[in-house]
Amino acid sequence: MPLSADDIKKVASLARLAMPEAEINAAHAQLTGIFGLIAEMQAVDTSGVEPMSHAQDITQRLREDKVTETNQRVAFQAIAPQVEQGLYLVPQVIE
Amino acid sequence: MLNSSLAQLGVALRAKKFSSAELTQLYLDRIAKLNPCLNAYISVNPEVSLAQAREADKRLATGNAEALTGIPLAQKDIFCAKGWLTTCGSKMLHNFVSPYDAHVIEQFNRAGAVNLGKTNMDEFAMGSSNETSYYGPVKNPWDTTRVPGGSSGGTAASVAARMCAAATGTDTGGSIRQPAALCGISGLKPTYGVCSRYGMIAFASSLDQAGPMARSAEDLALMLNVMAGFDERDSTSLQRDKEDYARDLVKPLKGLRIGLPKEFFAAGLGADVAKAIEAAIAEYKKLGATVVEISLPNSKLSVPVYYVLAPAEASSNLSRFDGVRYGYRAPEYGDLADMYEKSRAQGFGAEVKRRIMIGTYVLSHGYYDAYYIKAQKIRRLIAQDFVEAYKKCDVIMGPTSPSTAFKLGEKGDDPVQMYLSDIYTIAVNLAGLPGMSIPCGFGANNMPVGLQIIGNYFDEARMLNVAHQYQLATDWHVRTPNGI
Repeated sequence: MPLSADDIKKVASLARLAMPEAEINAAHAQLTGIFGLIAEMQAVDTSGVEPMSHAQDITQRLREDKVTETNQRVAFQAIAPQVEQGLYLVPQVIE
Repeated sequence: MLNSSLAQLGVALRAKKFSSAELTQLYLDRIAKLNPCLNAYISVNPEVSLAQAREADKRLATGNAEALTGIPLAQKDIFCAKGWLTTCGSKMLHNFVSPYDAHVIEQFNRAGAVNLGKTNMDEFAMGSSNETSYYGPVKNPWDTTRVPGGSSGGTAASVAARMCAAATGTDTGGSIRQPAALCGISGLKPTYGVCSRYGMIAFASSLDQAGPMARSAEDLALMLNVMAGFDERDSTSLQRDKEDYARDLVKPLKGLRIGLPKEFFAAGLGADVAKAIEAAIAEYKKLGATVVEISLPNSKLSVPVYYVLAPAEASSNLSRFDGVRYGYRAPEYGDLADMYEKSRAQGFGAEVKRRIMIGTYVLSHGYYDAYYIKAQKIRRLIAQDFVEAYKKCDVIMGPTSPSTAFKLGEKGDDPVQMYLSDIYTIAVNLAGLPGMSIPCGFGANNMPVGLQIIGNYFDEARMLNVAHQYQLATDWHVRTPNGI
């Protein structure tokens, strides 16, 4: 499945990465090289093999649904790019 | 003092031969002197370090000190440390002063260790040369025209240059072992789940693991004793009894069965590295070990599998950096989507963006089965190879890296070449096994070579024993770079 320059634009958009036209060709060439390496996987017969998502096939631990953290709103908002009255500010999304 | 082991420093501190404040000042002076050249640290905060040292001195005076109380350590800048700038090597976090401590940092604080500063690293731990850091590359103390390896390159250089007594690293595909090898120090990546990932900035969550980097196996054991432990806040942290990782250090090696994977000694391995590894194996035979050839037939697929799985997990983990709650926000933008896109495009470096793109692609509709699921299936085959191998041997040995440290800029424009420098380390992460690297000689241009020791699950104490016995019989680990 060779990547096209259009794929690069689409993926950049899905990943929320602004990509100027000038960078698309370079990104296309590098990703094509990397997917050339990745293509080595396709020669392997994996029929009947279960996917492995965790290093030890351990089921995730559950915990009681209770509050464990203290409120650190002030500390967290002190490092935010833009806050007002305890809220995080972003460009207006609703007209 | 600079060449004393952690145990010797501990004894001297407890005997009041010198104070933690004096020892900390000694290291701070070295950092001030050497860091302008080596760039091993991103941030130091002498007042904070010295205040910690004075607290440690009070504790030492009361007589209830622990093994690492008062000992100055460096922390990789991937660990959140309260009040410390925590950048993860990225412009994205250039202004992120962490409001909380990672579990690993809490453990060191409880032990009374001193934090000397935060070490440089590849951006978001993505790299094998430290050249992707927004804060500039780290230089290898053995030859400052060469890379220290990565991603824990700042840690490796700071240990090699005696700019700290020991330090932490993290290893997703070789990021502790490869820089340890290239800088001539010892490093251990524990079994996945032994050290908590809480507060360790996530790259690929199913592979990331913290571990110690130090000058000897004995020092690694003392470090791991503090770092390891169950933590409820990491859902993959393992509930196991507390271990003393130094308990087996003195055991003789007679009868140890070493497996040598034939795939690790095939084409692609530098002749100079091969020679040093063969000499190390000969030394182990003298120490009473036997050698058996094993095969890890699927290990050659570990690089392609890794470059599907790690970017997939990274693309998800790094979606949190959006310029809203912390970190970098672009100075100019239009609507919300534009703010996200510009903040991320400007805040992330080229390699991080490349991996986010790969990950986004392999997880996207129509490609998920062909790439992501396929890679997870081969991951199982790679892990099963090790299960088979451990029926015939106790530990596996081979090279850590196919070459010694390469020149800064040498692999700059070719990501695939860079990725292949982790060919011997990645399979270990995919399987979740513990792995370490110890110095075992010098190769081309008189640069250090690392011997990789891979253990079975939870076999860290045995690996440390195997490494320690070698270090009692050889002196590679005590060699220092010129001028250090």
